[in-house]
Amino acid sequence: MTDSSSSTPESWRDWLLTAEPHSRHQARLGRAYVTWRRFSENRLAVTGLVIILALVLIAIFADLLAPHSATVGNLAGARLLPPGSSGFLLGSDDQGRDILSRLIVGSRITLAVVALVAIIAAPVGLLIGTVAGFAGGYVDAVLMRITDIFLAFPKLILALAFVAALGPGIENAVIAIALTSWPPYARLARAETLGVRNSDYIAAVRLMGASPTRIVVRHIMPMCLSSLIVRVTLDMAGIILTAAGLGFLGLGAQPPMPEWGTMIASGRRFILDQWWVATMPGLAILVVSLGFNLLGDGLRDALDPREAGR
Amino acid sequence: MTAIEASKLARRRRIRGLALTFGRFAIMLATTFLGLLAVTFFIGRVVPIDPVLAIVGDRAPAAVVERVREQMGFNLPLWQQFFIYLRQALTGDFGVSVLTTNPVFDDILRVFPATLELATVGTLIGAGLGVPLGVIAAVRRGSFADQIVRIVGLIGYSVPIFWLGLLSLLLFYARLKWVAYPGRLDVAYEYTFTPITGLYLFDAAWTRQWDILWDAFRHIILPGSLLGYFSLAYISRMTRSFMLNELGQEYIVAARAKGLSERRIVWFHALRNAAVPLVTVIALSYAGLLEGSVLTETVFSWPGIGLYITNSLQNADMNAVLGGTIVIGTVFIAINMFSDLLYRLLDPRTRMR
Repeated sequence: MTDSSSSTPESWRDWLLTAEPHSRHQARLGRAYVTWRRFSENRLAVTGLVIILALVLIAIFADLLAPHSATVGNLAGARLLPPGSSGFLLGSDDQGRDILSRLIVGSRITLAVVALVAIIAAPVGLLIGTVAGFAGGYVDAVLMRITDIFLAFPKLILALAFVAALGPGIENAVIAIALTSWPPYARLARAETLGVRNSDYIAAVRLMGASPTRIVVRHIMPMCLSSLIVRVTLDMAGIILTAAGLGFLGLGAQPPMPEWGTMIASGRRFILDQWWVATMPGLAILVVSLGFNLLGDGLRDALDPREAGR
Repeated sequence: MTAIEASKLARRRRIRGLALTFGRFAIMLATTFLGLLAVTFFIGRVVPIDPVLAIVGDRAPAAVVERVREQMGFNLPLWQQFFIYLRQALTGDFGVSVLTTNPVFDDILRVFPATLELATVGTLIGAGLGVPLGVIAAVRRGSFADQIVRIVGLIGYSVPIFWLGLLSLLLFYARLKWVAYPGRLDVAYEYTFTPITGLYLFDAAWTRQWDILWDAFRHIILPGSLLGYFSLAYISRMTRSFMLNELGQEYIVAARAKGLSERRIVWFHALRNAAVPLVTVIALSYAGLLEGSVLTETVFSWPGIGLYITNSLQNADMNAVLGGTIVIGTVFIAINMFSDLLYRLLDPRTRMR
């Protein structure tokens, strides 16, 4: 977010906020700066950003941060130790594994699931929505009908059925969640497309001889991006919860993978006496999805002031 | 043109508009339902490498596998299979559950009231608390109360329901012993009580068996409150948003200028206008709870359709899983569409011009 191409703080703020930018680069940076100013005023949103950045850092440096192995435990000497035991800050589970280490390594799985679903579902929704909105007519009617059909389905149940047919596993859970989460993005992209398709700049591009593909990819899709990013961020908490739910039912990641939902499922047996085994991973899920929700809310308020505070 | 003719014309146009709305609604309902069946067909027949093995299990002898393949018509081309599947699904024939050996449809009829009761209790709690909280948050926008409602809602959006269920069981059942667990009734009552509708709270009250009513209440209150919390998070947020929208309108200024009390303006004028979209939101959250009860039922051993599906999943009973998916999907679609229709009927502004 910092801009190093400036000389003194006073002048670069002026440079960013100028009403007459000299280059496209300057205009973009200026806009980003204004958005960032609006975003950083929101304390909850910054909290969300900090949580997500921390998650990313933990996932990257998981090997260095984890004090113990995430999969191999000490069955003889460290079974079901309570939190605060020496060397086991959050306690240990029934296999003698350090819960903190498992949570740290598990952050990679959580992040990977969220990123993969976003990478699969968002472009699919974007493509379908922009094509439908730009083409209009029959293409629009057919594509939107399919979208509405998928939108009307119960997501979790459909993901369950998909995983049941494909077989349990984290990859199949990702596919199932992605298959059920693209329709809202398609609707959103279509709405944004309808908003710009008749504007003058599109007419100008068309007069210059741009093909429909080029118009959609270069001139319409970028207009949909900001609202799409907000929506995807807000959906990430839901994706994490669905993935954890599938893991809890034994359909997502398989043991001994330190996936947080699976960890809750295996701690369920000890909930009465060793409450920490199931409690700690749940707290991790809560904090991370809260982070994504706060970040998404803040982004929406910053990017779309009309909806602020809603 | 006389005034009478004009009003006649307007009326005819309105009726045609309504007919169009209903016609569109019927087409949408039909295509969505067809889409659901196509997807479940795809999941059941195309995704597994061998659907016969998926149904009878991989330890079945070769003769059985061949016989089932013949019986289920898997030798036919795919489109023909789909038509047979459609006909079966429309007549409520989802095959036989491998686990219970009953027809899947009968099984689902047996377990569905439990889910319905749970989701209803959840929605009553969620709407009963969520609407007032949302109104208060909107009226005192930016205040401490608003922040609290917002944070309660955000946590509701972010917490894994099965985890909260486990923790609440630990606290209220194991430690405090306030509630009962597992299932819907104590074992002592399970064999003496014959349900009428399958909604135990209703049945017990109807037959005036107060001890059973109390027992059923002690069983349902915890999972019901959990689901209620989730719909509260959604409903309070939407109520706040709708109310903010209404409170900014000019008719509110007019009502204030008229000298009406603030309480009357908020709870009568504004809330009444916000009520129309709210009906849709509450219906949607009801549909969401029917679906979302899968995880809750698993945690609380609540013998509803969610537990039925997860038990079948664990035993590779695809007929039961897909049957359950179709039933929940159908109810979900129906509630979705009816809430949309209701919205159109209740709000004159959305009527087709």
